[in-house]
Amino acid sequence: MNRRKTAVSIAATTALGVSACGGGPTALGDDQAISNGKLTLAVVTDMSGTYSALTGKGSLEAVKMAVDDYQEKYGSDAVAQEIEVLSADHQNEPDIANTKARELFDRQGADAIFDVPSSAAALAVADLAEEFQRIYINVAAGSTDLTGSACNEYTYHWAYDTEMLARGSAATLTQRGEKNWYIVYPDYQFGQDMTAAFTTHIEANGGKVLGTDATPFPNDNFAASMTKALEIKPDVIATMAAGSDLTNFVKQYNEFGLAEAGIELAVGAMFDTDVESIGATQMSGTLYTTDWFWNQDDEAREWADDFKARLDVRPTAVHAGDYSAATQYLEAVQRAGTDDADAVAEELDGHEFEDMFARNARVRSEDHRMIHDSYLTVVKEAKDVQEAFDYTELVETIPADEAFGPPSSSCDLG
Amino acid sequence: MTTFLQASLNGLVSGGFYALLAIGLAVIYGMLRVANFAHGAVYMLGAFGAVILYDMFGTPFWAALVVVPVVIAAGGVVVERTLIRRLVPLDPVYNFLLTFGLALIIQDLVRLNYGVVGQPYAKPAALEGRINFGPLEYPTYQFVVLIASIALTCGVWLALNKTKVGMVVRAATERPSLTEAFGVNVNVWMIPVFAFGVALAALAGVMAAPMRSVNSAMGADIVIILFAVIIIGGMGSVLGAVLAAYLVGFLQELAQMYVPAAAGATTFILMAVVLAVRPSGLLGRQEAAR
Repeated sequence: MNRRKTAVSIAATTALGVSACGGGPTALGDDQAISNGKLTLAVVTDMSGTYSALTGKGSLEAVKMAVDDYQEKYGSDAVAQEIEVLSADHQNEPDIANTKARELFDRQGADAIFDVPSSAAALAVADLAEEFQRIYINVAAGSTDLTGSACNEYTYHWAYDTEMLARGSAATLTQRGEKNWYIVYPDYQFGQDMTAAFTTHIEANGGKVLGTDATPFPNDNFAASMTKALEIKPDVIATMAAGSDLTNFVKQYNEFGLAEAGIELAVGAMFDTDVESIGATQMSGTLYTTDWFWNQDDEAREWADDFKARLDVRPTAVHAGDYSAATQYLEAVQRAGTDDADAVAEELDGHEFEDMFARNARVRSEDHRMIHDSYLTVVKEAKDVQEAFDYTELVETIPADEAFGPPSSSCDLG
Repeated sequence: MTTFLQASLNGLVSGGFYALLAIGLAVIYGMLRVANFAHGAVYMLGAFGAVILYDMFGTPFWAALVVVPVVIAAGGVVVERTLIRRLVPLDPVYNFLLTFGLALIIQDLVRLNYGVVGQPYAKPAALEGRINFGPLEYPTYQFVVLIASIALTCGVWLALNKTKVGMVVRAATERPSLTEAFGVNVNVWMIPVFAFGVALAALAGVMAAPMRSVNSAMGADIVIILFAVIIIGGMGSVLGAVLAAYLVGFLQELAQMYVPAAAGATTFILMAVVLAVRPSGLLGRQEAAR
C-alpha cells in the first residue's frame, strides 16, 4: 500500500514538473479536461470475506480490463490519457467502507468508485459520493434503497437488486402454480429486503407465504428450518442465504429429503461460485434469477475467456457488471470531454446502450437505476455440465422494462 | 410431537459435534492450562484434510476418518513441542496471542490455496438417504454422526475414569505438581494428551465435511461457541464439557425451532446464568476458576 502511494506521488510530481517546465499545450489541455491530469477509478470491495469470491479481486480485474479496452479503443484520442485503478478492502464493514471511500475521494483523488458489496457498506459510500460530488456506481449490493430513499445525483445502481431477483423468481414461480411458500432468510438488511420483495410478488400473483424463518448470520445449521418446512409442507422453500450459508442450506435441504417430499427449492440470490462449491449434482434443477451468466452468448463467452486468462476462474455476474459500469463511465467521460462529475452524470443520465453485460440497457434519469434484461435460469443437470462453472441454463428472458421495479417515489433527484 | 422429536435429534447432532470438540479443548486446558484458540482451525483442517485426500488420491471417507486425525495429531505434536509447551509457565496473555495467531495463520494459508468458496464433498453412498423411526424420518448420515459422537464421548469418559492411563491423566490435570511428586513425568504425558485433543477436533472436521460447508472460516465461528461450552461445563472438566455441549446444542435447536430470534443468544444466556449461579461452571472446581 505504501509502495503504491509512493508511486502515485512520484507520478504526480512528474506531472507537475512537466507542466511547470511548460510541458506543451497538450499537457495543459489534459490538465483542464481531467482533474490532477489523471483519471482515478477505485474499487471498494470485499477482498477476503464472504463476498470475496463473488466480488473481490475479480471486480478489480474487471475494472482494469475496462480501462485496457478503453485505452486500446481510443488510443491517443482518449480524453483520459492516464488512468489509475485503486482498490480498497472494506471487509463488509460499513464503517471501514466509509473510512476507505473517504480517503479515496479526499486524499487519493478518486473520480469514481465501483463495486461495493454488502448493502450497509454500499449505502455508506452513497452518502460520501453525495458529499464529495463524485461518481459512484454500485454493482455488487442488492439494496433498492440505493435508488430509493438513499438515492442522490452521483450514485448509480448498475446490476441486480432485491426487486429484480423477486420479480424473476417469486413472480414467475408463483405464476407457474407454486402457490405456497416458506421463506428462510438471514436476519440482516439484505435478507429482510429480499423476504419483503418476495412476499409482495408472491401475494400479487395469488400465492401465499405460509411462514418465514429468520436465522442467524453466518449460520452453519439449518436443521430447524428443514424440520419446520417438513411440517408445513409448502410448494417451495426459498432461501435468501448467500455464500457458505447457502452451501450449508442446500446440503441440508438434500439431507432432510425436502425434494422427495415435493418441496421445491428456490434461491434468492445465487452465483456460479455457489454452484461450484455445492456441486452441480446437489443443485441441479434449482431456479434462480440473474442478470448475466458467462455462457449466455458468444460476446459474454469471449469476455469470460479473457477474464479466465487473467485470473484462471470464470467471472460472476458482478464481475461482468463492474466491467460494464467502468466501460460506460469511461465512455461518458469521453463524450463529456472531462471528468467533471456533473458533466459525466449528465452523459450517463438517460443513456441507452448495449454491451457485453447489459442488454436493452438504459440509465434511468429519474433514479439512476440502470435497467437491462434479466434472466430466469436453472442449474443444469450434472450430465450436461461441460466444464467447471458451466452450470446455468436460460429458462426465460425478462425484458428490461419488466425486470426492475418502477422508479421509487421516495427518490427525488430534482 | 414428531416435530419436537426431530428438533431434539437436531439438537443432539449439534451437541455431538460440540462435545467432540469440547473434550479436546477441555483435556488440553486441564493438562497444559492452555486455552487453545486454534482448536477451531484444527476442526477446519480436518474437513479440508478429507477434501484434499479425496481430490488427490480418491481416498474414501472411511479411510479419511482414520488418516486425517492421525496426520493432524502428528502435526499437533510438533506444534506442542516447539511452541505450545513454552506457554505453560507464561502469563495467559501469551497463550491467547500464540494460539489465536496460529489460528489466523492456518486459516489464511488455507484461504490462500482454496479461496473462500466452499469445497464440495460427497457423503459415502452407504449413508445416503434417511432412516425411519415410525412417524419420524431422519437423515442417515446425521444419525450415524450422532451415534458415533455419543460412542466416542462415552469411550473417552471410560478411558479417563476406568483405566490406569486415564487415572494418571486425571491426576496430572487436577494436581500437576503433586502428580510429579509421585514420580509421574507430567511433561511427557502432555504429548499424547495434546495429540488426542487435536485428533478429536480433526475427526469432528472430517465428519462435518459431508454435511457442512467446507471453507476456511468454518472453524472461526465454532470456536466462540466452544469456549462458551467449556466455561459452562467448568474449565478443565471433561464430563462438564460434554454435558454442556449437548445442553448448548439442544437449546440452540429448540430456540431456532420455537423462538428463532433468540437462537443466537441462547448459548450466552445460558453461560451468564450458569456463571451467576455456579461461577466455576456446572462441574468445575473452585480451583479451575483461578
